[in-house]
Amino acid sequence: MTLFSRIAGVAVAATLTLGTAAVQADEQHFPMQSYRVGPYAAGGTGFFGGFIDYLNLINTRDGGVNGVKLTWSEGETQYEVEKGVEVYERLKGNPGIAAWNPLSVGIAYAMIDRITQDKAPLITINHGRTDTTDGRVFPYVFPLLLNPYSETSGIVNYVAAKEGGLDKLKGKKIVVLYHGSPYGKETIPIYQLLAEKYGFTLSQIEVPHPGNEQQAQWLQIRRERPDYVVLRGWGVMNPVALKTAQKTGFPASKIIGNVWSNSEEDVIPAADAAVGYTAITTQASGAKYPVVQEIVKTVYDAGKGNLDDKKRIGSVYHNLGIVNGILNVEAVRIAQKKFGNRTLTGDEVRWGFEHLQLDPARVEALGAKDLFHSINVTWKNHEGDGYVTFQQWDGAKWNVVSDWIAPDWALLRPIIEKSSEAYAAEKGLQLRTGEDAQAASN
Amino acid sequence: MEVYDLLFFVEVLIGGLLSGVMYSLVAIGFVLIYKTSGVLNFAQGAMLLFAALTFVSLVERGLAVPLAIGLTLLIMVALGFAIERSVLRPLVNRSPMTLFMATLGLSYIIEGAAQLVWGTQVHGLDLGISDVPFEIAGIFISTFDLAAAGIAAAMVAGLSAFFYWTRIGLAFRAVADDQFAALAVGLRLSRIWGSVWTAAGFVALVAGLLWGARLGVQFSLSLVVLKALPVLVLGGFDSILGAIVGGLIVGAGEKLAEVYLGPFVGGGIEGWFAYVLALGFLLLRPAGLFGTKLVERV
Amino acid sequence: MAAQTISLPDSRFPLRTLLWPALALAAAYILVPAFATTYLLEAILLPFLALSLAAVGLNLLTGYCGQLSLGSAAFMAVGAYAAYNLNLRISGLPLPLSLVLAGVTTAAVGTVFGLPSLRLRGFYLAVSTLAAQFFVQWVLTKFGWFSNNNPSGVISAPRLIVAGFSFDSATGRYLFSLTTVTLLTLFVWRLVEGSAGRNMIAVRDNETAARVIGVPVLRTKLLAFAVSSFIIGVAGALWAFTYLRTVEPAGFNLDRSFQILFIIIIGGLATVRGAFIGAAFIVVFPLVLARTGAFLFGGVFDSGVLDMSQRIILGVLIILFLILEPKGLSELINRLATRSNRQRA
Repeated sequence: MTLFSRIAGVAVAATLTLGTAAVQADEQHFPMQSYRVGPYAAGGTGFFGGFIDYLNLINTRDGGVNGVKLTWSEGETQYEVEKGVEVYERLKGNPGIAAWNPLSVGIAYAMIDRITQDKAPLITINHGRTDTTDGRVFPYVFPLLLNPYSETSGIVNYVAAKEGGLDKLKGKKIVVLYHGSPYGKETIPIYQLLAEKYGFTLSQIEVPHPGNEQQAQWLQIRRERPDYVVLRGWGVMNPVALKTAQKTGFPASKIIGNVWSNSEEDVIPAADAAVGYTAITTQASGAKYPVVQEIVKTVYDAGKGNLDDKKRIGSVYHNLGIVNGILNVEAVRIAQKKFGNRTLTGDEVRWGFEHLQLDPARVEALGAKDLFHSINVTWKNHEGDGYVTFQQWDGAKWNVVSDWIAPDWALLRPIIEKSSEAYAAEKGLQLRTGEDAQAASN
Repeated sequence: MEVYDLLFFVEVLIGGLLSGVMYSLVAIGFVLIYKTSGVLNFAQGAMLLFAALTFVSLVERGLAVPLAIGLTLLIMVALGFAIERSVLRPLVNRSPMTLFMATLGLSYIIEGAAQLVWGTQVHGLDLGISDVPFEIAGIFISTFDLAAAGIAAAMVAGLSAFFYWTRIGLAFRAVADDQFAALAVGLRLSRIWGSVWTAAGFVALVAGLLWGARLGVQFSLSLVVLKALPVLVLGGFDSILGAIVGGLIVGAGEKLAEVYLGPFVGGGIEGWFAYVLALGFLLLRPAGLFGTKLVERV
Repeated sequence: MAAQTISLPDSRFPLRTLLWPALALAAAYILVPAFATTYLLEAILLPFLALSLAAVGLNLLTGYCGQLSLGSAAFMAVGAYAAYNLNLRISGLPLPLSLVLAGVTTAAVGTVFGLPSLRLRGFYLAVSTLAAQFFVQWVLTKFGWFSNNNPSGVISAPRLIVAGFSFDSATGRYLFSLTTVTLLTLFVWRLVEGSAGRNMIAVRDNETAARVIGVPVLRTKLLAFAVSSFIIGVAGALWAFTYLRTVEPAGFNLDRSFQILFIIIIGGLATVRGAFIGAAFIVVFPLVLARTGAFLFGGVFDSGVLDMSQRIILGVLIILFLILEPKGLSELINRLATRSNRQRA
């Protein structure tokens, strides 16, 4: 064991010294359970690349956050839960941990008990367990910007906007094609609820994992002649869906992808079958935004960029990583205002996340106007009312084709609370109050 | 309405049969190796990924398509002989299970190497075959799948010709019939195995390109072996004809099941249906449709 | 007894076979809780124990009885979900009992999927065990009842309380897991040393001959499937309850089945301790490789390259083992021990 821990210590130290001159200065640490190999490597390299690029930008341009340097270390998980747990146990001893950002539902689930015990925030931007939105039950988990339910509502609202209003949904027919996994099935009741509420016909069809064969499903879709198909896909299932749609004569312009079906990796393999395909996103893609430009100038031109392929700067996952970086850094900044410009504890950063309120003006000041809309996290609402937008693939790049759309949060909240309260009962947890949330332990 | 339903049934059936051809394509690679060396080569999926990834990466680096195909084929030949030399030869006369495990290890190596060399990016692969469907009497048929079926047929014809009219092919059949007799008359097993792995590499390349065009060239490509395994069980591990017929049965069966049985149990049954179909079938015929019957020794 | 010493080289040194496990157990019960860090417990020992047990189960089926199975992960999933539901739905059911019942459930499922073994051989059987792999995953994802209608289908483990004592801490979960593994391993050891074990070996070595000399082949095979599934099911419950503390069906995929198969191949087929040696190798080795890789080359290559190289090295090692040490690490250790004995003498 001693040999192990020594090797581990040296390895961590070696990684740390890369990010910073390891003096006793104040530092805030971001451990990363990244995945750069395996089936989802493309998403992992983009996301963690963007995240690290932003942290680099803050260090180089501003000298850290109010003088506190940002550091990070990576452990490869290949998107596998038990590797994620191993990396968690390995890295959790690092000093000054601000927050965990696994970008994997499975790993996030396995961490909920652990981070609650260790009092460190767990950020699951755009994904994660929906009922963790309820900060009364899950003090340390933050599905920032968009949880799966809000995503569902956002997609239906977009369809309504295209048709000319929510009342125009009546009599329309929507097919949801979902991945045969817990992730894919999570929104089934929400689509049902919205279908009843707005009076559209709904049919939900499952594609078994991994989804490399969809002939049967698309023939069924063609028989049903829906007005729209929502693609709730995953990995290889997405390009195959688009290809099979073309093969069975269903137009790509009538297919709307969810948040895990919205990247370049999902459409490029489908080639011309993907042209006209639209997908939801919380962050626009492209490199024209000031903050992305600064990253190019400050980080990439200095040869410190994290992406091997500079063409991927401004891609969907890269921009998601950058937005994730902005949210993490701003949470630290907000917490510093209360607790002082020093290394904060995980619980103090949790306080920062619970006051992470960035209005459009602040977002613009951060150089991210139009990259993402705004966020408004409170101790009760850990998602933060993120807005969504829709972008269409033109064969070479994504183009934004809608305004910022608000999901129907008020409709979803009671369902979320019901689920989180059930969890609290199952686990024997007390609901947290506003005062509990104000206190932060060192 | 009834005519429409019948048309739909035919459409599902045709779609299923064409998908089945794609499964057969992968299964044939397994059969070639199993027939001569009794190995269930789990690395076939990794070889498929490796071939497709190599081809795409070469093309993206500016090589002309025929040149890229030639070079990839050359690499697959080298790989085939390297495997024979470093894995099969030292393991000669060992139990089939050991050899199977070795191919699992091999698939780790090939997958790792493929991604180490060419990266983990997702690539699109355009073979220049249009995928716009055409319509016959109200039935949509995929041009691409039809073309793929044609290519598969040509490949099987080519392989058969090779095995029937060349010396090495003759030797191959001799080994497949009786390994010991073949050795006894002085055939060089190592060269035959090397050639067989090369042939399997060639099949992997063809299958990799066709599947790559359907899925994109990425890690998940290696998962198509899971579609080929029930085909093998159904058709018999050592019969090319079995692989083709098995592929057609599995393809048509799983599509029809998904469409007509799926709704009653909630859908998504394709993942296991083929296996259960194969399993049920095996209970009637333990060596598959065309497989060689195992003779028990006492 | 003579037959036994021939068929089971382990019992050639009765004292030694008992001495070493006893020493290891003493260390596991006394030294580890006293000195181990949470990292050692959470990231190494807990997965090691669960995987060892699963390997003990698979070894019974594959190593002793010669039936190749690729569905181990599915049986782990059955065990995990059964334990979860028993615990959830029958209030007041003691935790050890729900583990046992989970094992029984898995044994029932395993026996059903073992039925084809009466007709099928070799790879035909191996591929048909894949049916279990995919079918079980589908059922567990499809029907929300299994995950208590949790919208995302992921279950989270209950608190571990036995007779009023809480085993929720890392050390507690370790002791709970260790005790379960020890008891079941003892059970398997007794089984394979007895007539059932001899029957299994007879079936493995030559089924027809076994039938001729009067071994009940049918019963032996089904018994192997049932007991093996029982053990693997409990291992799955341990994996879920003591190690990850959360479970989604996708965690029990084909890769996990292969992993367990690797363990028994590397550790040594048809030895009980091979499962433990193999599991230690499979759990620890990639970590050591990753650490040294990161330490030596961390600045030069990114983690992706390192991980890819690791995969290659693991593949190479598996093949090397098969070529050079076909009987696994267990035999290697035997030989080393014999050699050192000879030198001493």
